[in-house]
Amino acid sequence: METIKEKKAATKAQSTLKISGAEAIIHCLLAEGVDLLYGYPGGAIMPVYDELYKFQDKLTHILTRHEQGATHAAQGYARVSGKVGVAMATSGPGATNLVTGLADAQIDSTPMVCITGQVPRHLLGSDAFQETDIIGISTPVTKWNYQITNASEIPEIMAKAFYIAKSGRPGPVLVDITKNAQFDEFEFSYEKCKGVRSYNPAPKPNLGSIEAAAELINNAKKPFIVWGQGVILGQAEEELKAVIEKSGIPAAWTIMGESAIPTSHPLNVGMVGMHGNYGPNVLTNECDLLIAIGMRFDDRVTGNLETYAKQAKVIHFEIDPAEINKNVIADVAVLGNSKETLALLLPLLNVNKHEDWHNEFKKKHQIEFDTVIKNDIHPTKPGLTMGEVIEEINIASGNKAVIVTDVGQHQMIACRYAKFEQSKSNITSGGLGTMGFALPAAIGAKMGAMDREVVAIIGDGGYQMTIQELGVIFQHNVPVKIVVLNNEHLGMVRQWQELFFDRRYASTIMTNPDFVKIAEGYSIEAKRVSERKDLKATIQEMIASDKPYFLEVKVEQEDNVFPMIPSGASVSDVRLK
Amino acid sequence: MEKQWFTISVYSENNVGLLNRISGIFLKRHINIEGLNVSKSEIDNVSKFTIVVNTTDKWVRNIVGQIEKQIEVIKAFYHTDDETIYQESALFKIDSALLFDERQIQNIIKESNSQIVTVAREFFVLAKSGRRNEIDEMHEQLKPFGIMQFVRSGRISVSKEEMQITAMLKEFQPNHN
Repeated sequence: METIKEKKAATKAQSTLKISGAEAIIHCLLAEGVDLLYGYPGGAIMPVYDELYKFQDKLTHILTRHEQGATHAAQGYARVSGKVGVAMATSGPGATNLVTGLADAQIDSTPMVCITGQVPRHLLGSDAFQETDIIGISTPVTKWNYQITNASEIPEIMAKAFYIAKSGRPGPVLVDITKNAQFDEFEFSYEKCKGVRSYNPAPKPNLGSIEAAAELINNAKKPFIVWGQGVILGQAEEELKAVIEKSGIPAAWTIMGESAIPTSHPLNVGMVGMHGNYGPNVLTNECDLLIAIGMRFDDRVTGNLETYAKQAKVIHFEIDPAEINKNVIADVAVLGNSKETLALLLPLLNVNKHEDWHNEFKKKHQIEFDTVIKNDIHPTKPGLTMGEVIEEINIASGNKAVIVTDVGQHQMIACRYAKFEQSKSNITSGGLGTMGFALPAAIGAKMGAMDREVVAIIGDGGYQMTIQELGVIFQHNVPVKIVVLNNEHLGMVRQWQELFFDRRYASTIMTNPDFVKIAEGYSIEAKRVSERKDLKATIQEMIASDKPYFLEVKVEQEDNVFPMIPSGASVSDVRLK
Repeated sequence: MEKQWFTISVYSENNVGLLNRISGIFLKRHINIEGLNVSKSEIDNVSKFTIVVNTTDKWVRNIVGQIEKQIEVIKAFYHTDDETIYQESALFKIDSALLFDERQIQNIIKESNSQIVTVAREFFVLAKSGRRNEIDEMHEQLKPFGIMQFVRSGRISVSKEEMQITAMLKEFQPNHN
């Protein structure tokens, strides 16, 4: 017979299973392996922050200085580590401040879960204080979103959120949780999500399409590979390398695919796109077979679609069926995760060298080197170039740094000249082109890869969009290296004004503050370099430092980035000057 | 490429907010939705959206791809008018006095194959189902007499070919990934 004592113990054990929605959220995060998140508290998310306080030994919360910074930090963390980044904010303005980061993560396929507080369910639709329809607002910029109004929904929805964010083609998910659901108690149990019946994350590889692809590749005289971020997201770097090496096919990358194959690899022929390398762009229109792997034919890559690779057959390896034939019609579409499809392709390929074809790339590279690269990296004029700064960072870091860039001229120069040996090393806002991305993303990248050197390269414009995140670097002593390439202009817009708007420099000239003083205000060691003679030593000092370091380099004010495919022109109409 | 009429059929979970997600795909591409109907489908707990657009073949393919990509969408199809059996419904509210004063009204009712749904002292209501041009024609005929209220439903349609949705649902079971 059960004693009263036993009965009491049983009741107690049962009641301890009942926890608040807010505490449940913490347990969900822990169950998903989250140990770090970025965010900003406020009224409607306070119950969750109260639980974060209790769990701070297991879960580190980094207070960014703006919710946008939280999203970019989560993105930087996700991009460098391959894990899901997590950002949290309150309702209303807290939630709307996440929108830029969500849109950035959506277009660049970054796995991220954003959690927002919401007014209590009974106030929904009443225009309550800090109420905003974040589900409506975030719908076009999320892979999935959901509003939880009942605590008991929390485990299933959180599990689904993480599953959706990281599976298939990754993307951002937003979970909005009303305040009553954070307070209410319920019996918690957690099960990881293994599938959603209406969602097929990755199509199964079709052997027929892979055989068709292999036949085209084996018969091609001038095959050309362009890979994108799909290779990095699919962890298919080794498979791609094996395909390239066996088939001898020259391979170029989109900005999002950079670093998947080492820069020094002899078959890595450089970048495609608006400011990409001369050879890969021009020869896109001379190849007889274009093999696109994990890329989406963005307009910055293709230029005018009417004149893009019209002479070539096209094979498209892609995980997302909606990308097939979206911009470029594929003769053969190979659906699936590139890690699987490339592994299946490899044994079907003939060994080849394509030496004559490869020499075409070498010849074009020589032209680009003589007219552009030489002057960018080894300038003879007095003013400092962005290119020589990147080259010094390469040398000082031994090509091993994670390079985080913002958006504009410095971004294009960094992506052109930074050298990489390891994948997941180039973190940039490619699709959305979000100025202000780099500083918070670098914080996230450093926290996602503490053993690696992380260098943020930022223009003077974008730096001032999220400059307040220096506060995070200061408070948590995050040893990122910040390089501001200061040309006192919004350089890329100024370049377009010079080339296409008769030098009418409308709102592109910046009167900047003393950046060194600002960094020093946050107790960050700071230097300014204005002359070439000081550049090498200062960059070496920066890389050698194990602390946060700020370096401002005063670069030439009116330099342009070349080569350039003017917007809407053909990839073969590359301007070298 | 020439624009034509397409019927898009979307099978989905029945969740709050999905309509917003789907309509946003049209909004983003500046394409107007000409007809919209949401109902249950032949499968339990699966909703069906029937969306009518006038656009090019290229765009309808792009849109259907984007719709299918949404997490809660099970499958989306598109068909031209020739490939579907479709109709719309309309209600006309008309002054009851006209029923007695205008003999022509009675002819229109007979010839249009419409039904009188209700007759009250002040008004009567006609219901008409059929293709859009048939409803438009009836509207034109009744217009001179005065229409108190008019409403037309979104298109409902079934495809001539099979939509293999049940098989697809089986394939998407969680342990199948």
